[in-house]
Amino acid sequence: MATVEQNGKGPVAPVAIEVRDLRHRFGAQQVLNGVNLDFLRGHITTIVGPSGCGKTVLLKHLNLLLRADSGRIVIDGVDVTQLGNRGLDEVRKEFGMLFQAGALFDSMPVFDNVAFPLVENTRMRREAIAVKVREMLASVGLEGMENKYPSELSGGMQKRAALARALVRNPKILMLDEPTTGLDPTRTGSIHALVRHTQQRFGLTVVMVSHDVPAVFEISDRVAFMHEGRMRLTGTPAEVTAANDEVFNRFLAGRAAGDERDATAL
Amino acid sequence: MVEMIERLGALVIDNVTALGNFVLFLATALWCAMTPPYKPRLTIRQMRTIGAESIVLVALIGAFTGMVLGLQGYNTLRRFGSEGALGTVVALVLVRELGPVLAALMVTARAGSAMAAELGSMQATEQIDALAVMAINPIQYLVSPRVIAGIISFPLLTSIFDVIGIWGGYLIGVGLMGAPGGSYLNGIAQNMSAHDIMSGLYKALVFGLVVMWVCCYKGYHAQRMATGVSRATTEAVVLSSVLILAWDYFLTSILL
Repeated sequence: MATVEQNGKGPVAPVAIEVRDLRHRFGAQQVLNGVNLDFLRGHITTIVGPSGCGKTVLLKHLNLLLRADSGRIVIDGVDVTQLGNRGLDEVRKEFGMLFQAGALFDSMPVFDNVAFPLVENTRMRREAIAVKVREMLASVGLEGMENKYPSELSGGMQKRAALARALVRNPKILMLDEPTTGLDPTRTGSIHALVRHTQQRFGLTVVMVSHDVPAVFEISDRVAFMHEGRMRLTGTPAEVTAANDEVFNRFLAGRAAGDERDATAL
Repeated sequence: MVEMIERLGALVIDNVTALGNFVLFLATALWCAMTPPYKPRLTIRQMRTIGAESIVLVALIGAFTGMVLGLQGYNTLRRFGSEGALGTVVALVLVRELGPVLAALMVTARAGSAMAAELGSMQATEQIDALAVMAINPIQYLVSPRVIAGIISFPLLTSIFDVIGIWGGYLIGVGLMGAPGGSYLNGIAQNMSAHDIMSGLYKALVFGLVVMWVCCYKGYHAQRMATGVSRATTEAVVLSSVLILAWDYFLTSILL
């Protein structure tokens, strides 16, 4: 299995997902322009970058919702760009995904939402499913919320419920699309802490897209800075920050200015 | 000139692609309905939404349609001294034509629009993507049960519409206007064939397929924004209504 070298100190972890020269075009716009990136097993890798740089499109390739024009995505040694629908579904069973707005089914209470992947994809007995769902809800701090509907939950609680649903099938890989969008700083911090805690508890490989820089650096093992459809910087948060890259610095400064404007508006 | 031809070419390619996607969508939904895992519970739930919850509306419209036919029919037939043919006229018009068309239009307005809005909203909030990521085929889970439920429910609703419409015509034509009651019922029994009834039910079946196809397609492919959902809903209702009337003409030509 492929490994990566870091700081010349030898291999640090096997590669869970390998992306090579990934390209995708929407009409005249080249959104992914040769993305190369390794996601290490048991690490949190966060993809950051300005709006429209292709972060979410990349994530949609990683969770197999989009097909690339060219390039390879190798997950656990399997080139998923060559798989048919049935093969993709088998790979997807190893994933958990937290969508930006949670994507909870609003016609179902929290219990049914979390139980859904087990009901639809496994032959588990009803009692075993109930035990598992309660365990997952407890692990994200949502005990006693089983009968609430998503519309009755706050934004942070919806994210937690969605995280419980993403984890209920014991995935190897957890993908998070902007998990703190729309949350205040306190709730952002608690979601970050929950992601780190969950990753450590279950030994997950976490792929996260976030705009929440530099706060998200605290929980990230590796950061990939995306610009104009390709990776401009990759490394540990310290390495990326120390690279003193002009575009990255401008992005950070822009984020800081935006945060300041938001604070003034409040 | 070249630019104009290019634009025309692009327009043709776009429309042919859209038509291809539209047809493939239905083919996928029907294929998924025939392959496991089967979703009988979801189909029954959709039959409740499309069928059972539309019964009151369909019955109401059926009753008033029959009452109008009874009134108009009696006044027209009386001019020719043919009041005895009222039952035959009302029943044939309802069973062959108005029953399937009006029932389909009503169900489109009530259930089809709600379906397009629901699927559009699920698309906008990434719930459809969430199904796919959970290795659940969204077409099989969301679309196939609706299409099958539509195919089953529309003929049943049409039958209810027809029966209540005939009763409404009797109520007004015989009860209020004084047409002979025996001729009304005898006329229906003697002049209406199984072919008349079946042609109406075939139409209802096709309308059920078309309405569910259009409404699911429009909702499923709604743009991911609030206006996208409203546009999808409007387009679903308008296109379904136009297709019901267009298919009605073609089916009438074939089934006459």
